Amino acid sequence: MAMQEIMSVSQLNRKIKQLLEREEPLQDIWVRGEISNFTHHTSGHMYFTLKDDQSRLKVVMFASYNRFLRFLPKNGTKAIVRGSISAFERDGVYQLYAREMQPDGLGSLYLAFEQLKEKLAAEGLFAPERKRPLPRFPKRVGVVTSPTGAAVRDICITIRRRFPQVEIVLAPALVQGSEAPPSIVKAIRMLNSHPGIDVLIVGRGGGSIEELWAFNDEQVARAIAASSIPVISAVGHETDVTIADFVADVRAATPTAAAELAVPHCLEWQERVRQLEGRLVRAVRQRLDSARKRLEGLANSYAMRQPGRRVEEAAQRLDGMQMRMRNAMRNLLQVRREQYGRLGDRLERYRLSEQAKLQRKRIDSLRQTLEERMRLHLARKQQAFAARVAQLEALSPLKVMQRGYSLVYKRAQLVKSVEAIEREDLLVVRLSDGRIEARVEDVVREGKASDAKENG
Amino acid sequence: MTQKKTDEQDLQFEEAMKRLEEVVQRLEEGEIPLEEAIQLYQEGVTLSRICGQKLDAIEAKITQLVEEDGQLKQKPFSVEGDH
Repeated sequence: MAMQEIMSVSQLNRKIKQLLEREEPLQDIWVRGEISNFTHHTSGHMYFTLKDDQSRLKVVMFASYNRFLRFLPKNGTKAIVRGSISAFERDGVYQLYAREMQPDGLGSLYLAFEQLKEKLAAEGLFAPERKRPLPRFPKRVGVVTSPTGAAVRDICITIRRRFPQVEIVLAPALVQGSEAPPSIVKAIRMLNSHPGIDVLIVGRGGGSIEELWAFNDEQVARAIAASSIPVISAVGHETDVTIADFVADVRAATPTAAAELAVPHCLEWQERVRQLEGRLVRAVRQRLDSARKRLEGLANSYAMRQPGRRVEEAAQRLDGMQMRMRNAMRNLLQVRREQYGRLGDRLERYRLSEQAKLQRKRIDSLRQTLEERMRLHLARKQQAFAARVAQLEALSPLKVMQRGYSLVYKRAQLVKSVEAIEREDLLVVRLSDGRIEARVEDVVREGKASDAKENG
Repeated sequence: MTQKKTDEQDLQFEEAMKRLEEVVQRLEEGEIPLEEAIQLYQEGVTLSRICGQKLDAIEAKITQLVEEDGQLKQKPFSVEGDH
């Protein structure tokens, strides 16, 4: 096949590696097998083979992961390994890159535990916001445990001791063995359907990890999560931690501790009530004392001892005030009357003398003004008259003729232009002191200001 | 003590305690009219009596739920070594 692509070895190995790494389900897997060919390299990395009776798988666990191992792997150890599958290109081998490893056996329980824990956590069943507060004063406590174990006894005795008024309702359950989980689930549901239960205790006494295993069951965990009543888990001892503990509203280390968490201590509250009673009495006594002191203070006061005296004092003060008021009134009237009289007088005088004086003054001033005006007027008229006389004198023809001018008449008509004169006309020339009769010899006309040169 | 009475008393205990605390605080603050102080005192005495009664050591019962003929029944339960 000419069209076939020819790859190099490393190209092929890279392609295989990529294929493997792209395969999601291979990227987080759990594998069980027996360890062989185990090498702990000086670099810190671990190299080994996992095998069963038919097959084998190469495994590498880098130092960054094997630091957290809680056991020492050895050849022959059965183990459960978690990791991802990839290829080592240089050698052309695929292998498991391990991240976690547990010895098998107990390890498989651990694996189940871890897987369930992870799953439920992912669902949010352990979320802090899901945790409900426990009631402070429960009326009834529901208990899910074995009716015959130490746990039920511890719980009942503790509750009785602390708060005997609380009723205990036991829902008996098997707490170990394969029947335990459904039995526990049923008991939780029973108490949830029973009226008036305020808080649940679900648990058992100490035992081996296998004996406690029912409390790592998924159905039990879900029943606890689904409980409408707050749940306190109480499984085994302090060091035992189960899935039930994660999902419960409160984890108690032991059944006894669960009972202590479930109910308050009666004596503590009796003590609190007693203290409050004491404070109540003290407070009211103080209040009464202070009120009594105030009362005594008032009773001993001057006013309270001599009640009549205060009235008399008041009456006296009233009299005094009335007297002062009357006097003040009288004084005021007197003053006003005097003021009025004085004003009347002034008014009188003002009307007669002042008014007359004023008018007289006005007449005088008017007269003066009149005389003044008259004088001025006369002077002005005299001046005007003199001016007119002077004007008249200046305009008189005689006066003009005295300055050398003469008047020319033709047939008793005053001649003003040469136009009116012909040769041989007889003219009369008037001077200031007489007249000349003359005959015209020639008439000379000039452009303007023509003058008859015919006089003489 | 009947069941019903226990119910009522337990239901009220927390509220009664809370109110009692308020009453005492109010009284201790002082500066309140005498009539009110006396009223508060009377209320406080009543409350403390109620609370005290509720804390009296009266044992409630312990029962167990048993399924019989498909029905839930409540039966007395006695704790081993308790008596």
